[in-house]
Amino acid sequence: MSLRIANQVRRGPAVTLSVDGQAVEAFAGESLAAALWAAGRRALRQSPRAGTPRGVFCMMGACQECLVRVDGQRALACQVAVYADMRVETGAAT
Amino acid sequence: MIRDPEILILGAGPAGVGAALALADHGVRALVVDSGFAAGGQVYRPMPDTFAPNGTPGLGPDQEEGARQRRLLADSGVATAFGRLVWSIGTDLRVDALGPDGPEFWRPKGLVVAAGATERVVPFPGWTLPGVMGLAAATILLKSQCMLPGRRVVVAGCGPLLFAVANAVVKGGGQVVALADLAGPGTWLRAMPALLGRPGDLLQGGAWMARLAAKGVPLMFRHTVREARALGAGLKVSLGAVDANGRPMRPARDRTLEADSLVVGHGLIPSTEALRLLGAEMYFDAEAGGWVPRLDDDQRASRAGLYAAGDGTGVRGAVGAFLAGRIAGLTAALDLGRIDAGQHARAAGPLRRRLAQARRFGRAMSRLMAPPSGLYDALDAHTVVCRCEDVTRAEVNQALESGAADVNQLKSWTRCGMGPCQGRMCGDTVAQIVALRTGSRAAAGAWTARVPLRPLNVEALAGDFDYDDIPLPTAAPL
Repeated sequence: MSLRIANQVRRGPAVTLSVDGQAVEAFAGESLAAALWAAGRRALRQSPRAGTPRGVFCMMGACQECLVRVDGQRALACQVAVYADMRVETGAAT
Repeated sequence: MIRDPEILILGAGPAGVGAALALADHGVRALVVDSGFAAGGQVYRPMPDTFAPNGTPGLGPDQEEGARQRRLLADSGVATAFGRLVWSIGTDLRVDALGPDGPEFWRPKGLVVAAGATERVVPFPGWTLPGVMGLAAATILLKSQCMLPGRRVVVAGCGPLLFAVANAVVKGGGQVVALADLAGPGTWLRAMPALLGRPGDLLQGGAWMARLAAKGVPLMFRHTVREARALGAGLKVSLGAVDANGRPMRPARDRTLEADSLVVGHGLIPSTEALRLLGAEMYFDAEAGGWVPRLDDDQRASRAGLYAAGDGTGVRGAVGAFLAGRIAGLTAALDLGRIDAGQHARAAGPLRRRLAQARRFGRAMSRLMAPPSGLYDALDAHTVVCRCEDVTRAEVNQALESGAADVNQLKSWTRCGMGPCQGRMCGDTVAQIVALRTGSRAAAGAWTARVPLRPLNVEALAGDFDYDDIPLPTAAPL
C-alpha cells in the first residue's frame, strides 16, 4: 500500500529523481521530503556528534534534520519541490 | 519586484495576509515576504499547484479558508516575495533575504512581524529516530501532500491536533495503532465552556473522537510515550500512564506497540526571533506558548515602526491571527498618516470584538496543548535534549550544577542550542529544565537572537562575488 492517499487528489505528472544514484518515482511539485518519505527513504543524514540517523521531523524548515544535497547544493528536503531528473544525495550533507 | 515598500510584512500566514489586506485598503505600499511558495502559513498550507483536489480533503474546511485568503491577497494587489529566507533585520529595519535569484534587501518604514509558531516536542528516549515526527509535520504531509505519515501510526502528545491527525490518518486509509493523550477526558470537559463559542469546531472534534472510537482505535487518555526504538524499518513504541501532572505512573503496565511511525507533539511555540533580534520588549506567558512581545491594543511592539500579530505573539489560532493582522495593518496605516484616529477606531473596533471572542477559544485550545510540567521531571539522564548537538539531559544537569545560571550560559557551556536549528527544537525544553532550578522561566531567560536568523548557503549569499572583486586601494608611494 502506498503512503500517497489516492482518492483525495489527482497528482501532477510522474517524474523520476535520482537519490544516491537510485531511481525514485515521485510527482512533479511534490515536496522532496514527502517523496523521500513515500519511497521509504527515512534516514537522510547522521547527527554530527553521536552519528545517529535522522530524518524528516518538522516539515516546516525549522529543525534542519532533512538537510540533503539537491543538484549539489545543500537544501532542506521539506522546502524543495521535486522536478524531473532532480539529483539528490543524502547522508553527506553536513 | 517592489524596491522600497512602506511596510514589509514578515510571514504570509493568516496574520500576514490580514495585515496586507488592511494596508491595501488604505493605499499603503506593502510587501509580504515568506519562505514558502504560497500564502497560507502552516495552517492553510496549500497543495502543490500541480495537484488537483477531488472531494473533501482530509483535514476539514481549512483548505477553503486558505484558498479564500490567497484569492483576497491576490486581488488586493499587494506585492509578494515567496521562497525568501529572511536572515537579517537591522535596527534601521533593513530586511535581508536570500531568494531564488540570490540575495535581496528592502528598507521599509515599518515592519509587521507575522512569524507564526513552531511545534513543541518534549523529548523522550528515541525521539530522534527517523520515523518519529511532529504532529504538525504529519498535518502538513496529510493536508498539503495528501500523504500518510505511515500505514500504522501511533499518535501521541496533547491538544486538538491529536484527534485531527488521527482522524485524517484513518480517513486516508491508514491505521492508528493507538492514540495516547496526556490529557484526561476531564481536561476536555473543563475546556467545553470556552470551546462552545465555536460550536462548529466542537462538533468536528466530537465527530473525530466518535469516528476513531467506532474504528476501534484505542484512545488512551492520561498516557504518554515512554520510549521509541528502531525495529527493522519501523518502530517499537512504549506507552505508559501518567498522573494529572504528566508524571509516570504504574510502569509495570506499560504497553509496547509496533508501528511504522510515531507522530507526537506538545503544542506550539511562538516564533519570536525577529522581534527579539530587534530588541522588542518580551515577557513569558506559559498559556500563550512561551515568550511573547509586549504589544499595545493596536498591535504595536515596543519600538516605533514595529508591529506584530498572529501566533508569533501568543498562540491563539488562525481566526484570531487574521483579525489581529488586520488591526496591525490598520495601525501601520494610521502611523503613516494614511487614515486618522477616527477611521482607525471605526475599522478596528468590530475587529477587536471578534478578536476577543477568537482569543477566548484560542486560549482554551492553548491550555489543552500545554504540556504538563511532570514531563520535564521525567526526562531521564540519557535522553537527548538538543537534537543538533546531541546534548543529553545529564550534560544539561551537569552544567547547571557547575553554576550555569540561564539558558545563554548553558548554551556556551554545552553547545545546547548552538546547532543549525538555532535552538528552535530544544529551546523551550532547556528553558523548562533551567527553570526547575531558577524557579521561573522568566529567570531562565531566552536564547539571544542572532543573525543569520536561519542557516543559509554562504555560496548562494556571495553569488558570483569572488576574492578578486574585493576593491583594494592602490598602495601609497613609499
